Amino acid sequence: MTLDPVILSRLQFGWVIAWHILLPAFTVGIASYIALLEGLYFFTGKEIYFRISSFWLRLFAIAFGMGVVTGVVMPFQFGTNWSRFSDITANIVSPLLAYEGLTAFTLEAGFLGVLLFGRKLVPPWAHFCSALLVAFGTLLSSFWILSTNSWMQTPTGYRMVDGRFVPVDWMAIVFNPSFPYRLAHTVDAFYVTTGFVVLAVGAWLIRKKEFAAEGKVMLTTTLTLLAVLVPLQILLGDMHGLNTLEYQPAKIAAIEAHWNREARAPLILFAIPDQAGETNRAAIEVPLLGSLILTHDINGVVPGLKDYPAKDRAPVIVPFFAFRIMVGLGLLMLALVALGWALRFGGRLFSSDWFLKTLIWCGPIGFLAVLAGWTTTEVGRQPWTVYGLLRTADSVTPSLTGRDVLISLTGYAVVYLIVYPVGVWFMARAMKRGPGDIVGPVGGGRPAGPVKAPPGMGAP
Amino acid sequence: MSIVPVWTLILGAAVFFYVVLDGFDLGIGILYNFAKTRADRQAMMNSIAPIWDGNETWLVLGGLGLLAAFPVAFAIILPAVYFPILVMLLALVFRGVAFEFQFRDAEHRHAWDYAFSIGSAVATFAQGIVLGAFIQGFDVEGRHFVGGSFDCFTPFSLFTGLALMCGYSLLGACWLILKTEGALAEQARRWAMHAFLGTFAAVGVVSLWTPFIDPDIARRWFSWPNILFLSPVPLATAVTGFLWWRAVAKKMDAAPFFYAILLFSLAYLGIAISLFPMIVPHHFSLEQAASDPSTQIFLGVGTLFLLPIIFVYTGWSYWVFRGKVRGDIGYH
Repeated sequence: MTLDPVILSRLQFGWVIAWHILLPAFTVGIASYIALLEGLYFFTGKEIYFRISSFWLRLFAIAFGMGVVTGVVMPFQFGTNWSRFSDITANIVSPLLAYEGLTAFTLEAGFLGVLLFGRKLVPPWAHFCSALLVAFGTLLSSFWILSTNSWMQTPTGYRMVDGRFVPVDWMAIVFNPSFPYRLAHTVDAFYVTTGFVVLAVGAWLIRKKEFAAEGKVMLTTTLTLLAVLVPLQILLGDMHGLNTLEYQPAKIAAIEAHWNREARAPLILFAIPDQAGETNRAAIEVPLLGSLILTHDINGVVPGLKDYPAKDRAPVIVPFFAFRIMVGLGLLMLALVALGWALRFGGRLFSSDWFLKTLIWCGPIGFLAVLAGWTTTEVGRQPWTVYGLLRTADSVTPSLTGRDVLISLTGYAVVYLIVYPVGVWFMARAMKRGPGDIVGPVGGGRPAGPVKAPPGMGAP
Repeated sequence: MSIVPVWTLILGAAVFFYVVLDGFDLGIGILYNFAKTRADRQAMMNSIAPIWDGNETWLVLGGLGLLAAFPVAFAIILPAVYFPILVMLLALVFRGVAFEFQFRDAEHRHAWDYAFSIGSAVATFAQGIVLGAFIQGFDVEGRHFVGGSFDCFTPFSLFTGLALMCGYSLLGACWLILKTEGALAEQARRWAMHAFLGTFAAVGVVSLWTPFIDPDIARRWFSWPNILFLSPVPLATAVTGFLWWRAVAKKMDAAPFFYAILLFSLAYLGIAISLFPMIVPHHFSLEQAASDPSTQIFLGVGTLFLLPIIFVYTGWSYWVFRGKVRGDIGYH
């Protein structure tokens, strides 16, 4: 078997970005949650919000640090493994990526220090503003990265010169057709992911009894937020789907494993897609529902994979199942939130041990959904890096051999498999300490961290 | 009007900031294993704790700046140094997490110490190989690197790898002279002198070696009247070296770090003189490699607006943490 540098480079990119995306999935959400808690503390003066915020700040600090070091790896992948892609698309995508670095650097790095270590050094309003700006910084990062990704999915605002993309209209490039939907759907996914982590930790604290008060606040605030965010996410997903149908119909055909273009199409609940045979085996279908969901019209026409040459089709089985996993997890999350509210109305939210246990087990559910959704959209747009214009196979670095990439992939695999478990272990340990040793905002108790007060500013 | 010169300056500055700022961080990592006591190690860590991750961000900005301003150079150089970049990134990941974890995990502190120190040393060596390979140039056809992924490992690039380890150690030791007191500062002076001798010798060897591997570089420096105009560079290097040595001998605190940065600037200037106006030696000049003017302007406007802000608060954070690292202000 020969080693294919294209396949191996894709595996490598998938590997480093899949691990990396888990961190923003948490840090984007938790930064906003911390800003909310700091706001509640600032306006109500209730110390419990301060304690919960400080508790999450510790975990945020670890996740943020890991996000930075694994993020440094990302831009270099474009050069080392995807040099043709870089050369052909740099005029368009490079400023978007660079703006991410510049704006994130300016806001996050600038105010994170104040947020983490400056509680006693700056007035409360300045600390609250730092929390807001750090949260805004994480959202701005998401803005630029998802704009880049969306342009690759739905390219606009360019012309081709000598086989390379040249910008014509920056507004059309940044706000390309799929960008608003992708941004909203992804950021809400990050918020929901964080919400379920907070629910799990809150449930764990309640069961542990020692910090039940903090756990209860975590549960109630988060259930309230999720009651909006989870249904909103389903709505946003539907809108994103309509947008994909308009601009990337072949991706929709792959996600739904529809081989033939047809009106009044069924929804395929389960099947084993057969790429070579251009058919599905063991299919379980619901009549008419496919057209209804995808086009919001029972007579709507749904595209089929056979509309496209075989070489322009995604590997159907991957987006088909990844999408179903994502939707299944989404429905499960909706059910959990509904159940939580039912128990809350019945006054049994904090005493239903089985429900608290379920929440603990469901802590990572959002991460799985994010990975499944990301797999759906990225594998679903294959075989293109720039949809319909630049093939993945034509994007890879020409000088690389399969052996080269096998070596680098092994290196990334080994290092990430050491670093991530250790990072998770640290976060688990910080969580187990609970909010117990967080002393009130007056009189010491700065969170433990790498930076202490500067000389001369330590004593109040 | 072309704004290529503006981007040349921005990128040149970003790379130089990275080299100096992460240079002294990495240098402290290299020296870390030679420290004698736990307290010394802690003081070394504390001296860079508030600033090291900000310093590393210049690496990302430099990389993305190269992609944005001179994309074909990015697309040729990174594949050509595939393995040094890989090794550097993995080493930086290790060093970064080791830095964050070592003070959270007292039981395994020795393991994190090693990860931090070895990660720093390996990342530096890899960056030195990138530098050497860049000076030597690459096999290019059209807009692509066509050599092999192991071509970058040559006696010259391995030597520049070692040279950069000396250079970063010099910066790190001078930072410690500036930031620490007592026995550790004394120790740092001895480290600094060793590193200085190594760096000075290495700069001399590289300066004589490069004209031999590249006749263009030889012509640039030794043809008349260039030799007259350019002779101040080696002369200034010699003078700076002398001033550095005197400053250390007189036990000055800040001057050694200042002169060390000046030495780096002169070496950097020397490389720039050797290669200008090429960004991919022998193949692409800065003008030829430049991205579309619309791209350069779109990003340039924001960069020129945001860079001063970054400078202000970077400067502010250095100001806040100014002065000697004190024993009573530790991690815990």
